[in-house]
Amino acid sequence: MIEFDRVTVTYDGATEPALQDVSFIVPEGELALVIGRTGSGKSTLLRAINGLVPHFTGGTLTGRVLVDGRDTRDYRPRDLADVVGMVGQDPMAGFVTDTVEDELAYSMESLGVAPDVMRRRVEETLDLLGLADVRDRALTSLSGGQRQRTAIGAALTSHPAVLVLDEPTSALDPQAAEEVLAALQRLVHDLGATVVMAEHRLERVIQYADRVIEVPGGSAAVSTGLPADQMVTAPVAPPVVELGRLAGWSPLPLSVRDARRAAVALRSRLDTSAPVRPAASLGDELARCTDLVVGYGNVIALRGVSVSIRSGEVVALMGRNGAGKSTLLNALVGILPARSGTATTAGADPRSTKPSKLVKAVGLVPQEPADLLYAATVADECASADSDFRVTPGSCRALLTRLAPDIDDRMHPRDLSEGQRLCLALAVVLCGAPPLLLLDEPTRGLDYGAKRRLVEILRELAAAGHAVVLSTHDVEMVAEVASRVLVLADGELVSDGETATVIAGSPAFAPQVAKILAPLPFLTVGEVATALERAS
Amino acid sequence: MRAVHHLTVPRALHPGAWWLWSLGMAVAASRTRNPVLLALILAVTGFVVASRRSDAPWAHSYAAFLKLGLVVIGIRVVLQALLSTRSQGNTVLFVLPQIPLPGWASGVKLGGEVTAEALITALYDGLQLAVMLCCIGAANALASPRRLLKSLPGALYEMGVACVVALTFAPQLVTDARRVRAARRLRGRTRGSFRTTAMPVLEGALDRSVELAAAMDSRGYGRTAQVPRHQRRLTGLCVLLGLLGILLGVYALLTDSMAFPLAASALSVGVLLAVGAMAVGRQRVTRTRYRPDPWALPEWLVVASGAIAAAAMATAAARGVSGLVLPGPLVVPPAPLVPIVGILVGLAPALVAPPLVKRAVA
Repeated sequence: MIEFDRVTVTYDGATEPALQDVSFIVPEGELALVIGRTGSGKSTLLRAINGLVPHFTGGTLTGRVLVDGRDTRDYRPRDLADVVGMVGQDPMAGFVTDTVEDELAYSMESLGVAPDVMRRRVEETLDLLGLADVRDRALTSLSGGQRQRTAIGAALTSHPAVLVLDEPTSALDPQAAEEVLAALQRLVHDLGATVVMAEHRLERVIQYADRVIEVPGGSAAVSTGLPADQMVTAPVAPPVVELGRLAGWSPLPLSVRDARRAAVALRSRLDTSAPVRPAASLGDELARCTDLVVGYGNVIALRGVSVSIRSGEVVALMGRNGAGKSTLLNALVGILPARSGTATTAGADPRSTKPSKLVKAVGLVPQEPADLLYAATVADECASADSDFRVTPGSCRALLTRLAPDIDDRMHPRDLSEGQRLCLALAVVLCGAPPLLLLDEPTRGLDYGAKRRLVEILRELAAAGHAVVLSTHDVEMVAEVASRVLVLADGELVSDGETATVIAGSPAFAPQVAKILAPLPFLTVGEVATALERAS
Repeated sequence: MRAVHHLTVPRALHPGAWWLWSLGMAVAASRTRNPVLLALILAVTGFVVASRRSDAPWAHSYAAFLKLGLVVIGIRVVLQALLSTRSQGNTVLFVLPQIPLPGWASGVKLGGEVTAEALITALYDGLQLAVMLCCIGAANALASPRRLLKSLPGALYEMGVACVVALTFAPQLVTDARRVRAARRLRGRTRGSFRTTAMPVLEGALDRSVELAAAMDSRGYGRTAQVPRHQRRLTGLCVLLGLLGILLGVYALLTDSMAFPLAASALSVGVLLAVGAMAVGRQRVTRTRYRPDPWALPEWLVVASGAIAAAAMATAAARGVSGLVLPGPLVVPPAPLVPIVGILVGLAPALVAPPLVKRAVA
């Protein structure tokens, strides 16, 4: 169905090709998963499938891309619209109309599908993706999962043979991600669609893949193969695979179910040992909310939340999209006013504290890290951060080098990959060394390597007496780093406790290792490795 | 009778019908400065909006237009107070300090005596403009301009999409600016500059538009049938000339600045040209339309009610029926019967437009 034949892509002005000598075939009806580090060329590969590369982006493509027998050399993206459905990283950015139903019909209108056929397909798609309840809602009023499903539906209605998705679940909470993946699963199984998807969150998708295309980046060759074979050596791997590698299981299990069956022996070996967790040494209280109520217009985002944050702890803030996580973080730095109740940071009301004084007490990396960045080059950005926070010149750059070693000083912050941009924003905020650090969804778009470095840094900060609060959907990250978990639902605090007790018990929030080894209290592969070492 | 003709079967009315109705009401308002009639028009449009608007985000725009109207009146009155002369009357209300102006501006007076007549005239003038604005606001609240653009003829489709995209980006810019301003606090800065506010917002907007263009391209936007180039140019020229004619005609009809036959002929030639161009341009377009809004009995009735209101006022004005123009600023405004009945016909949509679809909120 899709054939890449010695494809090399070089963007204008770039010294090295973004993709080099890529050849693979994806047969009809398969779900192919594209994996690789951030910035390795996954998006370029996906966009080459429907000809956006090079027709839209510019650059030179040598070799041949065939989709359903059509050469993208001769067909522009719009002429391939009936064969390839494309869903971008941010569904909101790709919406053309303003209601769900119109959005679903848009591609068909462009293709000139007859009105009665259009009507029938829209109805079918609404049912297939479970969108019938929201059919005439405005797109802006939808939740993240609904938006993503609408974007998939909009690509599907024209019945393309190939569906291409760029990180469809990255920004979604676990429940919404499951909705989307279930919908994709139905497409592949019931309709025989060919799906090509890039995703960092392998723990969510690897079990559904029929084929893995690994894009290592640079000049290394792109390799394809069966998921179980590829996972043996892949540098990016979900916890279930890492546990399998650690325990030496063969074939490597890809789903929790397979791993659980393979883990009988491991469970009995670990039966007597317990995970070692360094107890957080708690210090002074750095922030406190008492009965905090925050709202926008007539929507109440937080209703009566009381929380206290002390130095030395890493607190994970979890909950659905729209549960009030960002609102709580914003209230702690005084961006949003409290309707009633109080939020105090470092003993003062953050809204009445002067910004220059506030940044010495608390730092927030917002959901859009680019909002913090103004300069035209990375070097300028670091210099201006040094002067903003009145620290010795060069400290921001030093932090950045630790976080992400290979960022070029002359790059424009917007040209960095999402993960690199986050590191830059993080370095900017960290160089003020605020005792309280707030991170709003820091793992979006980060690969496993970058996440590992982030975890190390957060642990160091906590050990040095800082407090970290991070809102995230990433349960594996929470299991690695958090000492305490708060779960928000509908603006209320529904649980607050130690990580192990809060997440291990919940089916939605339990990390893979906990699911595999239940009822043993292990959360991460690292804990299992230490326990095995001590046992032997 | 088919379901679309029923007045009581819930559905959304064709956006074009709402816009024509509100244009009718605006024309009616343009013919009078009698505050009684103007207030009546405002009440009529307000009532129809209240009874037939949806709960979509744009349906709240009527209040914004009302506020805008108040601002218009305010500006008008304040300016008049500053520049007031005794040309309208002699009832001095109060005296402002007068600012001496240089010799070359001898015809203009800033400050000084303010007469009641001048203020009342300014109030009525402002009221007229405000009411016309509110008529447009009513159309906005009842049918978003996006939905109207959706019903554009095929030949104008691509232009329509450009407008729709622009309409989405404006509010998005406001949200972005707010977010960036909030983020500035996080860098410890109190004051913003062009670089720290406008740059991130503009860069974000640019990124987003590139993203959107890619999405539209991959979804088949711009697929066209092959037509010779000279034919495409001819169509473009006809559309432009046609629109120009229509604009000229409508402007002349609204303002009375041109003789009626001249204005009417400009309008009709414009319409003819435009319709011709659309018919030719349509050959190029291969797209189809999903669930086009039907045009049936309720649409005709709504448009007719607006047209009757406009016609009643226009003929009354042309016949010189007393009460449309006040004899002097300080008299009690009269309530002329025929125009009032005409305006009240404009209430019809509250009854004849089908009610909105009520769906359980999920």
